[in-house]
Amino acid sequence: MTIINSAGVGTDLGMSLTPPDAAVDQFGVAPDRKRRRRLAWSRVLGPVLVFVVFVAVWHWMHTDGMRTLFNRPGFLIPAPETVINDSFVEPRARAALFNGIKWTAYIALIGLAITIVVGMILAIIMAQARAVENSIYPYLVAIQAIPILAIVPVIYSMFGGGLIPRILVCVLISIFPIVTNTLFGLQSADRGQHDLFTLRGANRFTRLVKLQLPAAMPNIFTGFRISAGLSVIGAVVGEQFFRAGSKPGIGIVLESYRQKGIYPQVFGCLILAAGLGIIVFLLFGLLSKVVVGHWHESGRSTR
Amino acid sequence: MTETSTAATSPATSTATSRTASSGAHGTSPQPPALRFVDVSMVFPDGTHALSETTFDVRPGEFVTVVGPSGCGKSTLLRIASGLNDATTGSVEVDRSSLGYVFQDATLLQWRTVQRNVELLAELEGVPRRERARRAGDAIDLVGLRGAERQYPKQLSGGMKMRASLARSLVLEPSVFLFDEPFGAVDEITRERLNDEVISLFQRKGFAGLFITHSITEAVFLSTRVLVMSARPGHIVGDYRVPFDYPRAPELRFEPAFAELCGEVSHALRGAHS
Ligand SMILES: Nc1ncnc2c1ncn2[C@@H]1O[C@H](COP(=O)(O)OP(=O)(O)OP(=O)(O)O)[C@@H](O)[C@H]1O
Ligand SMILES: [Mg+2]
Repeated sequence: MTIINSAGVGTDLGMSLTPPDAAVDQFGVAPDRKRRRRLAWSRVLGPVLVFVVFVAVWHWMHTDGMRTLFNRPGFLIPAPETVINDSFVEPRARAALFNGIKWTAYIALIGLAITIVVGMILAIIMAQARAVENSIYPYLVAIQAIPILAIVPVIYSMFGGGLIPRILVCVLISIFPIVTNTLFGLQSADRGQHDLFTLRGANRFTRLVKLQLPAAMPNIFTGFRISAGLSVIGAVVGEQFFRAGSKPGIGIVLESYRQKGIYPQVFGCLILAAGLGIIVFLLFGLLSKVVVGHWHESGRSTR
Repeated sequence: MTETSTAATSPATSTATSRTASSGAHGTSPQPPALRFVDVSMVFPDGTHALSETTFDVRPGEFVTVVGPSGCGKSTLLRIASGLNDATTGSVEVDRSSLGYVFQDATLLQWRTVQRNVELLAELEGVPRRERARRAGDAIDLVGLRGAERQYPKQLSGGMKMRASLARSLVLEPSVFLFDEPFGAVDEITRERLNDEVISLFQRKGFAGLFITHSITEAVFLSTRVLVMSARPGHIVGDYRVPFDYPRAPELRFEPAFAELCGEVSHALRGAHS
């Protein structure tokens, strides 16, 4: 089970990529040749085909789509080759873009690290008693539901501008899935397994370390993966509100190109931001497979 | 708090040898019971009356099976014996420090290999790493899982999982062994094979056994004594001594005396249902 978050933010991120597990369990018993063919299909052919269609539609939007569908000029969606050329080949733009994504990635990573630590601690505390869970849960939902815009003045009055409020916004946006997934996982060990520990008089700590946390690992990694994607979004949102002039993230770089009406680089920024999200998502999927894949049902078979 | 736990004194192994040698004649044994229920009643908080004034002993070297209609309180009986639940009234006497308990489901930890699953209870008891690895190895040999030590539960068949679960309980060398319908979910042939193994464990380890099952054949084949429980609220309505010598050959199941005893138990059980 995957819990994304109450407000539905990040649902896109959870679904837009096949979860790394999903492609695997279909061909558990297929004969070798068939398996290889399916592997080729799921890993290479399918993605390539969709990519080609995607680029073609994009190109068509530039040449005809914008005009015929929306009666707007085509330059608002520059052609793919223009975007690549102006953003990643032209040296000055490339430097600005990569500098931007570097800062965004930096904030997202620090934010994610804090999110993981704080989120897991929160979940472990909440798992200790229903009363604690019920007391804390409403605030988590509230954090999820409140528009960040509304608490920006509060954060500003405490920290001013700079990196810290940006990290804070990133944490606020990405913490919910870690907490809920970890909590769900901690509560997923079945009664029989708990009985086993009870019979041997195990204390809370032993139970947590030897039973609940290992049982929760698949869910924890699901939480990591979703939160990782949200942390990138959080970093971009944060830099919109708290601009630190010398450290412009990808969102700020994008905004400045948009104000100047230079659309190819705007799309270049989008590509980089999406790329960052995809990389962290895949990274955590891989990590999850390495750590729990050998025993978890949905993991790759060890054969 | 009405429960008392007293230590079962005599070493289990010696009692087993004397038991198998004399084969039968329960009640003449001079030792105190390994497990004793005295007027145990259980009413759950929701009002379900599961057990009513249940009284019986399991003596060292005895293997007692309990058959009874579904929902009559058999699992509850074992949960009370093990201390997982407290009886509403009545008392249980048993040495809980050397209690083995095999659940209906294998309840293996999915993230642990067979070896590490079998080590679990010893690990929780603080047995040093090397010692528990050795004991787990022995237990794995005993249940015939050699070669599967490094597999994960998802790679095991139902029968292999139950073997692993059995091995896990063996590691602590229990003197009282509770089984809650352990073989309900495996096929007939596997069940018969596992029955043979339980018997050979019983002979070798000499624990006092309390075994729940739905299968009359299994009950008679395994035990020195069969108890029949009534429908809820459960209590003992039949008590049959099983006279056959150990080791018991699989063919025993087709002998007239065996069939006759099964018939008697079955008759009592039918009475218990109504
Ligand atoms: N925690 C509980 N709270 C309330 N009622 C319970 C609880 N546990 C068991 N019961 C009820 O007590 C009765 C006896 O349950 P128990 O599990 O001991 O039956 P059983 O004889 O083992 O049945 P089966 O042969 O189906 O395993 C059942 O009616 C059951 O619904
Ligand atoms: Mg039961």
